[in-house]
Amino acid sequence: MSANVTDLTFLALSLPFLGAVLAPFLTRLLGSNAAWVLALFPAASFLHFLGFLPEVAAGEALTGGFAWVPSYNVSFSWLIDGLSLTFALLITGIGLLIVLYSGGYLKGHPQQGRFLCFILLFMGSMLGLVMSDSFLMLFVFWELTSITSFLLIGFDHESEAARRAALQALVVTGGGGLFLLAGLLLIWNVADVTQLSLLLNLDDPLRGSPFYIAMLVLVLGGAFTKSAQFPFHFWLPNAMEAPTPVSAYLHSATMVKAGVYLLMRLNPVMGETPAWETVLPVFGGLTLVIGTLLAIRQTDLKLMLAYTTVASLGLLVMLTGFGSEHAVEAAVLYLVAHSLFKGALFMVAGLIDHESGTRDVTRLGGLRGAMPITFAAALASALSMGGLPPFFGFLAKEEIYYALAHGDLRSILFTLVAVFGNALMFGAAFVVALKPFVGPAVATPKHAHEGPVLLWLGPVVLAVLGLLSALFSTLSHHYISSPMASAVKGSPTVVDMSVVPHIGLPLGLSVLTILAGIAVYLTIDSGRAAMARVLQALGPGPDAGFDGFIAGLVRLSHRLTTIVQSGRLEAYLTLTFIGVAAVLLVTPMLYGEFPKAPSWPSGIHFHEWTFLAIGVIGVLAVIWAKDRLTAIVSLGVQGFAVAMIFLLFGAPDLSFTQFMVETLSVVILTLVMTRLRLSPTDHRGLGQKLIDATIAIACGLGFGLFLMRTTEVPFDDALTLFFNAYSKVIAHGANVVNVIIVDFRGVDTLGEIAVVMVTGLAILALIRIRVGGERRPAENDPDAPEGNRS
Amino acid sequence: MNTLIFRTVAPFLTGLMILFSIFVLLRGHNEPGGGFIGGLIAASALAIYGIACGVSVVRRALRVHPLAISGCGLFLACLAGFVSLPAAVPFMTGLWIYPHIFGLEVPLATVMLFDIGVYLVVVGSITSIALALEEKEND
Repeated sequence: MSANVTDLTFLALSLPFLGAVLAPFLTRLLGSNAAWVLALFPAASFLHFLGFLPEVAAGEALTGGFAWVPSYNVSFSWLIDGLSLTFALLITGIGLLIVLYSGGYLKGHPQQGRFLCFILLFMGSMLGLVMSDSFLMLFVFWELTSITSFLLIGFDHESEAARRAALQALVVTGGGGLFLLAGLLLIWNVADVTQLSLLLNLDDPLRGSPFYIAMLVLVLGGAFTKSAQFPFHFWLPNAMEAPTPVSAYLHSATMVKAGVYLLMRLNPVMGETPAWETVLPVFGGLTLVIGTLLAIRQTDLKLMLAYTTVASLGLLVMLTGFGSEHAVEAAVLYLVAHSLFKGALFMVAGLIDHESGTRDVTRLGGLRGAMPITFAAALASALSMGGLPPFFGFLAKEEIYYALAHGDLRSILFTLVAVFGNALMFGAAFVVALKPFVGPAVATPKHAHEGPVLLWLGPVVLAVLGLLSALFSTLSHHYISSPMASAVKGSPTVVDMSVVPHIGLPLGLSVLTILAGIAVYLTIDSGRAAMARVLQALGPGPDAGFDGFIAGLVRLSHRLTTIVQSGRLEAYLTLTFIGVAAVLLVTPMLYGEFPKAPSWPSGIHFHEWTFLAIGVIGVLAVIWAKDRLTAIVSLGVQGFAVAMIFLLFGAPDLSFTQFMVETLSVVILTLVMTRLRLSPTDHRGLGQKLIDATIAIACGLGFGLFLMRTTEVPFDDALTLFFNAYSKVIAHGANVVNVIIVDFRGVDTLGEIAVVMVTGLAILALIRIRVGGERRPAENDPDAPEGNRS
Repeated sequence: MNTLIFRTVAPFLTGLMILFSIFVLLRGHNEPGGGFIGGLIAASALAIYGIACGVSVVRRALRVHPLAISGCGLFLACLAGFVSLPAAVPFMTGLWIYPHIFGLEVPLATVMLFDIGVYLVVVGSITSIALALEEKEND
């Protein structure tokens, strides 16, 4: 890969982020027309990735990137193969349409700029996720998608439901991300590579490992939460609180497929084991059934679509884990088909909502005359979702039945699950896409009419793509499906399903599905009522469980805090010093590492004795001091004596600093003492004094023994020699201490001064709390009483 | 503590100490000294000034909040690290230039910029703590 392509790919990955930075300014400048300009960013990325199609179709996997932390083998690198390229095209392509759609959907909204910024930020994160080659980058982008999703779901932050949904999504998917991190670290350790491309080229690196089950559980923890598999499915329907463009983009076409992406990515190295082929289909199948049943029960268009999305994700996981070549092909076809039709249907639902003022399917009807373009797009998408020819969904469904319909018990079981799920999804698709448009016209809150071009462009383009990709299936298979299936399978695979139906069992099952689906559509009202009764009988689901879990967590941490944090300084200090003494004294006892009795030093000069004596006198004065001020100053005297000893033994920098630190601590301690208005003398009783003295002596003894033992070990002077030899030569400084601080270990110092500053900030805040009993409420202060809020 | 002699001497003492702290900061690369020690000296100078003449006088003399000085220092220190970016060497690599000012070769380095940053962070943080403590509670 030439440097030019590397730079361009990096640019293509960065473009959405650049767009996000510009979005607020452009929106302020151009209003909703900014969407046209902002759409150029994903468009450019899309075109760039389109250019990789021929190479990837020829079976190549391209990698590129830059070194990031070379010493840990961490790189900023990407992997372009059939799988990631398909995802990249979906993300940038649908993203382009969504940006335009958002321009129309949120026209005149005061925070449209913020919204477009978040959408583009998400796009960049998602693009980074699927293109990542390095594990660390994958994880970073994975969590970034969770965070941007949080921002987007909570976009309407004044609504409590939106805030709750946002938090829920963040807790579930972000928590899952931590599982993923652990899983990736485990894979990193077992396979000893940090890049996916290298991992995939290894000869079966993971399946034989004793940690395989642990890795599987951790990876699935990430994938199942992100892709809303049972029992983590509840966050996805709640996420429908977000504006519709978000639902269409994040929660159907792209982000929720990140989990499926991960499973597909790891299928070549982790798949085809009994555990994989049991857990994935079982959970996927369960999610499919539960998702479709819950979808039937909804009346809100968006919620129906949300539950069918849960079901579709279940179907994808089931197919990915089923373990045959055809199942992988079916998963690939269904994934692409689903992104096209579900994205379009969500946009249609938003369009209906936007133009008629309601999303309740029982209050909609007869819109076909008012919204003909929307109707056409909706119908085409629903046909694809229902799996009818000549749409791409049909190819996917044929392939699904082709893969599942075999004679053994397992296949029969999953075929039944698939037929059941697909029939209900067929019904749901037409409830969303047909019911609002047919029948007698129903009065809606707003007078419905066709939306602006920005709004219907997206669904129309996606619906047409769903048709074209099926009609020209040889082309779409050559460039998209086959390379992607090969990447998922790990070996060259050719997809050859076409719109021309083959007479056989799969077609029979299709017909059965369609007939059952029509029955579901016709009896939707009674079906809905029946499901509502069943759910009523079942009681609270995992959604209520989540609330209970969070409330329990808050209670637990509250209790734990009251136990651990007593709020009494004496208790903290006593515990700390007992801990220090125990570490210093118990450890040498356990390992028998007490120092030998030191020989009496000879040749100590008189002035050295003097400083030692001053130090000892200082400490004694602290103990016998009548009041606190004397004690503090005496402590300073002892510190000065130590500083003098440093000076005498050749550490001028250390001694210099010690002098300043001692001076300042005396000043600050005095100030603190005067401020706290403590009684001038010690108030402790004799018993307490004895206990404290014991702890103090134990600590002192421990430190003394520790230092003596340390000095017995022969001193390794490699570093001393290095710094002495090179300080002047390579860092141009004669003061070795300073050169170490600012040059050799400059990054450490940077961290330290950041800590100094943060500590200063924290102390200042603490002092302010002391001062401000009667702090004036600032404007917009959330803690201020209701009446004061502006 | 607040005697006439102390109040009269304190401004001069503070000025001298700050001058000395800058001297210590600049000599630090080759002789004992450096940003950390220099910062401590300057902070104690300001603390003395505050004790003698009152906190509000010091705050007026500083013009900005001490923590702003601290933040500025942290920014400078980071900046010193990022100078290496256009030079295409790893973060925080020390870079040196030797301009001739009035015919005298003056070695300037990113590490010096960094040390000045350290100095400012230390001055700002410690001064802000000291001044906040010196302030009377009813201020």
